[in-house]
Amino acid sequence: MAIIEASGLAQRFGDRTIFRDVSFRVEEGQVFVLLGGSGCGKSTLMRQLVGLLPPTEGEIAIAGARITGPDAAPALAAARRRFGVMFQSGALFGSLDLAGNVMLPLEMFTDLPRAERAARARAKLAEVGLADAADRLPAEISGGMAKRAAIARALALDPPLLFLDEPSAGLDPITAAELDRLILSLRDRRGTSFVVVTHELASILAIGDACLMLDRNAWPDAGGVIAAGPPRVLKAESRHPVVRAFFDRAPLAAEAA
Amino acid sequence: MPGRRISPRLAAAFATATGGLVFIGALVTALVRLPVNRRQFRLSDVAREAEQAGFRALPLVLLLGALIGLILAFQSAIPMRRFGADIFVANLVSVSLLRELGPLLSAVILAGRTGSAFAAELGTMKVNQELDALAVMGLDPVTLLVLPRMAATLLVTPVLTLMMDAAGLIGMTLVMVGFGYSEPAIQAQVQQAASVSDLIGGLAKAAVFGAVVAAIGCRAGLGTGNGPRAVGLAATAAVVGGIVATILLDGAFAMLFYRLGW
Ligand SMILES: Nc1ncnc2c1ncn2[C@@H]1O[C@H](COP(=O)(O)OP(=O)(O)O)[C@@H](O)[C@H]1O
Ligand SMILES: [Mg+2]
Repeated sequence: MAIIEASGLAQRFGDRTIFRDVSFRVEEGQVFVLLGGSGCGKSTLMRQLVGLLPPTEGEIAIAGARITGPDAAPALAAARRRFGVMFQSGALFGSLDLAGNVMLPLEMFTDLPRAERAARARAKLAEVGLADAADRLPAEISGGMAKRAAIARALALDPPLLFLDEPSAGLDPITAAELDRLILSLRDRRGTSFVVVTHELASILAIGDACLMLDRNAWPDAGGVIAAGPPRVLKAESRHPVVRAFFDRAPLAAEAA
Repeated sequence: MPGRRISPRLAAAFATATGGLVFIGALVTALVRLPVNRRQFRLSDVAREAEQAGFRALPLVLLLGALIGLILAFQSAIPMRRFGADIFVANLVSVSLLRELGPLLSAVILAGRTGSAFAAELGTMKVNQELDALAVMGLDPVTLLVLPRMAATLLVTPVLTLMMDAAGLIGMTLVMVGFGYSEPAIQAQVQQAASVSDLIGGLAKAAVFGAVVAAIGCRAGLGTGNGPRAVGLAATAAVVGGIVATILLDGAFAMLFYRLGW
């Protein structure tokens, strides 16, 4: 079954069309990777998928329920109980320490006693390698740590679907590999589905069950999809010059945009 | 409207007005849904904001109150003395403090210290996508961030006003004692001039000013735009908006109290 179905998505800002005709399915238990150069609209697409930005055109369904269009607010609210999001910037709550950040969703949506919440938050932080930074404030940690803390927060309620916007950008290779292992272990142990934006070629090949490659110049007048399929297949078979350039060259340094 | 263009300034004013209405709508919705979203309204946040907005403003409020009492007493003593009426300085200072200056100045201090802080805090949260993070968790920023701040200032502003009133009366008393009046005489004069209803009316106004200044600060923060100057602009808008709204409301209260014969 598809956990996400997107059809005909387009996004315009003013008279600029960032992308159009973007359609794809994410199957349950899949790691779905979004690829594409900086500024091609990956974060914008993710904002559409999590219901922060109503698409100019097209429809999105999560677990079979349409979350776009009129009267979709209750479906969107229900869908939000099922997914966690890590923003490209981390978006940690600056007034709370890392443990507080992870505990907030637990406090809001579970009846766990305080001690239990704290224990869970510590466990989630340990999963991303931040066990000893629980009482630090977001302003006191590095960008890579902030991303990992944001992942821990997204994991707090054990959602069946996770959106991660460039989780490994700015991480050292060892931590990035650990993160890949965490993603695969969640997929295999719990059947968690993922939508991951990443530029790390090694990571894409290691974790990606399917991928969608966007490009700014997919259409004469707009960006869009230039390739879709399992990353290994694209790497072996795609003839699209941009796709070839991506897979044949060493991965570019992760673009921050 | 074919063939007719709306001026950009008019359009901007219209956008501001509708934005304000939308915000009021969101506030009302959040209040109505508060029983359902009870968890998102954290009393610990109310306490923290009350401490920031109230307790930490006390030195400034006391200083300003005492100075205003002193200055008013001195200034009004000059014309009053010509009629040999300087005991009535106590009447003038106490009534104007309790009814007008206490609530008004407290609200102005609140707008400068707290309204701007609210705008900067929420504006920074917006720029850092923290508000988006709340939204995707299914949390309501108005219930979680705005209502506790409004509740805190609603509670704290009357207390600040009371402190301002007290400090002002003390300042006035110092001057009057300097003029040779005894403390009991001054006290009796104040009690005769100002009534409890003057005090209560002032405190009620202060509560309204406090909530409105907080709401304007939070709205400025939530509406923060993009770019490096956006948070600063939001803080400025919060202070200006807070002070203007306070004065407009004060005018409305003046008419209301006049009608009620208060
Ligand atoms: N709210 C917005 N208003 C106008 N333009 C936007 C907005 N959000 C994103 N864009 C533009 O959309 C394009 C894609 O941005 P983004 O999705 O962040 O790219 P990326 O693929 O690097 O994540 C960029 O050119 C960006 O300037
Ligand atoms: Mg991006």
